[in-house]
Amino acid sequence: MPAREGTYGLLAEFDTPSDLVRAARQARQDGWRRMECYTPYPVEEAAEAIGFHRNKVPLLTLIGGLMGGAAMFALETWISVLAYPLNIGGRPTYSWPAFIVPAYEWTILWAGLSAAFGMLALNGLPSLYHPLFNAPNFRDGATTDKFFLCLEALDPKFDLAETKAYLAQFQPNSVVEVEY
Amino acid sequence: MATREVKPNDPMIDPATGEFRVIAQGQTFRSITEKIARIVLTPHTPMGWFGLFTVAGGVAVVLLTAMTWLFLVGVGIWGITQPVAWGFAIINFVWWIGIGHAGTLISAILLLFKQGWRNAISRFAEAMTIFAVACAGMFPLIHVGRPWLAYWMLPLPFTMTVWPQFRSPLVWDVFAVSTYATISVVFWYIGMVPDLATLRDRSQSKIAQYFYGMLSVGWRGSVRHWMRYETASLLLAGLATPLVLSVHTVISFDFAVAVLPGWHTTIFPPYFVAGAIYSGFAMVLTLAIPLRKFYHLESLVTERHIDNMGKVMLATGFIVAYGYAMEAFMSWYSASHWEAFMFWNRVWGPMGWSYWVLITCNLAIPLTTLWSRKLRTSIPFMFFISIVVNTGMWFERFVIVVTSLYHDFLPSSWGTYRATKWDYMTFVGTLGFFTFLFLLFVRFLPMIPMNEIRMLLPGAKIKPKVAEAAD
Repeated sequence: MPAREGTYGLLAEFDTPSDLVRAARQARQDGWRRMECYTPYPVEEAAEAIGFHRNKVPLLTLIGGLMGGAAMFALETWISVLAYPLNIGGRPTYSWPAFIVPAYEWTILWAGLSAAFGMLALNGLPSLYHPLFNAPNFRDGATTDKFFLCLEALDPKFDLAETKAYLAQFQPNSVVEVEY
Repeated sequence: MATREVKPNDPMIDPATGEFRVIAQGQTFRSITEKIARIVLTPHTPMGWFGLFTVAGGVAVVLLTAMTWLFLVGVGIWGITQPVAWGFAIINFVWWIGIGHAGTLISAILLLFKQGWRNAISRFAEAMTIFAVACAGMFPLIHVGRPWLAYWMLPLPFTMTVWPQFRSPLVWDVFAVSTYATISVVFWYIGMVPDLATLRDRSQSKIAQYFYGMLSVGWRGSVRHWMRYETASLLLAGLATPLVLSVHTVISFDFAVAVLPGWHTTIFPPYFVAGAIYSGFAMVLTLAIPLRKFYHLESLVTERHIDNMGKVMLATGFIVAYGYAMEAFMSWYSASHWEAFMFWNRVWGPMGWSYWVLITCNLAIPLTTLWSRKLRTSIPFMFFISIVVNTGMWFERFVIVVTSLYHDFLPSSWGTYRATKWDYMTFVGTLGFFTFLFLLFVRFLPMIPMNEIRMLLPGAKIKPKVAEAAD
């Protein structure tokens, strides 16, 4: 947990996604690591630019789906064979083809829930507070039409004055200091 | 071919492709955000909304009345009896859940096929899915007679130590429909989170900021979040696709696994799924046409959408036609006396009128007219067609349920089916309830996905440095 006082980082605002991607790519090349882009819609190039290529959502989904399907199939087998065996027209108690349908539905159910809630959990959401909401221009732009690059104070290269000058070379609309 | 019919200078036509534009020209990130967010954040609710809300609420009260009497007296107040023990409840269940399918198709299958035009209509089509499934889900619950014991359908450890019978399609239905409802709600909500954040940031009132702030779980548009979000959306779409195909398949099993002539047929799963999409697109049109007019969204829900939905209806309509043809063919080809009688009785028997309503509404009117691009882009005509197809698809389920049952194997047990006023009140009541929920959605939630529309705008293109230097 970082200290919750002082400067969180410097936030540069851009008008177009192209400007943001160019700045992010350059900053990454110059050795910045603690950085993040904020956009009003997914910009894949920006994620590539800050070196974020892969995520764990597919793995969680796979595990969730397999567990859901296996759990339902096991439950059906246990109920039909051991807990409550019924003779339905002489069919075997372990009539597995019929068990596939609910197991199939549960595979999808738990894969879907894992994808959705796994995504939120990996993103650290819900978290209703974030220092960036303190920036005066963030809330008007970040979810509407502006593109932001944030260089965070936790990066060893961070220095308030120098970093401000560094960000200015990308010609952003503004560079704002964000407090915790 | 069809493009030659239209004027070349029409601003709604993209000169590069000759197709209708997905979004009208001249829109920016801010203009579309304002346009969509204003509908929700305005302090002045249009009077028309209140008027419709009152009417829909009143009709929903009819449903409440019918349900109350049903719970007090029992299913005897309905027209169901022997031999037609499945009446309006099952017809309405299948009809409503079929309507829901178009929402999932638009949001999931068309997403996987990268059909950009779907973006503007996907959110309210998903909402339609959820409300339709809510209406559908009521019917099996009230049809069981003692709805307060509905939890017996679930595999729960009771003191009675009785468990569900997993070889029955009726138990499969419980899992298919409950999964469908859950995944639809999750998909819809996850898709809305970034837009709820936009509403949080654009709203002026404290209450709205708290409300949308809580719902948007602190979304801030970080690209790392966006990438996980995109992966999750794609995976959910990939999961919803086999799910939506399986749901109506399982519902068709309720019929097809029985040995009754008219139900016991292998064509049912594909024919039910196609019929579901057919009626679902009709319902999307029924909702979209008044909505775009009322909220002036013609620049976002364009003729292109109406036209494309017409094409999808044409295609699924023909699959449904094939289903009807196969039913007729198999009743002859099976050489089964009972099958042949059932089909003859369905078409020419005392309730044969319902079959001809079905053929008129589902085949004769739409499949002859939807070929014409002129008619497909005529808004009043498409509204008319949507009502016709919805009616036709309701009658399809009526024909399947009633005409297969009312003249069974023994002439001494033949009967008929006549719905009572309580049947009609329940059905009409769900239409009111559906509209009621939909109006609430339109007023309080973003009905068009702003974040997806932004990606379609020309400003969203990443330009390489060289090209930029040239401008």
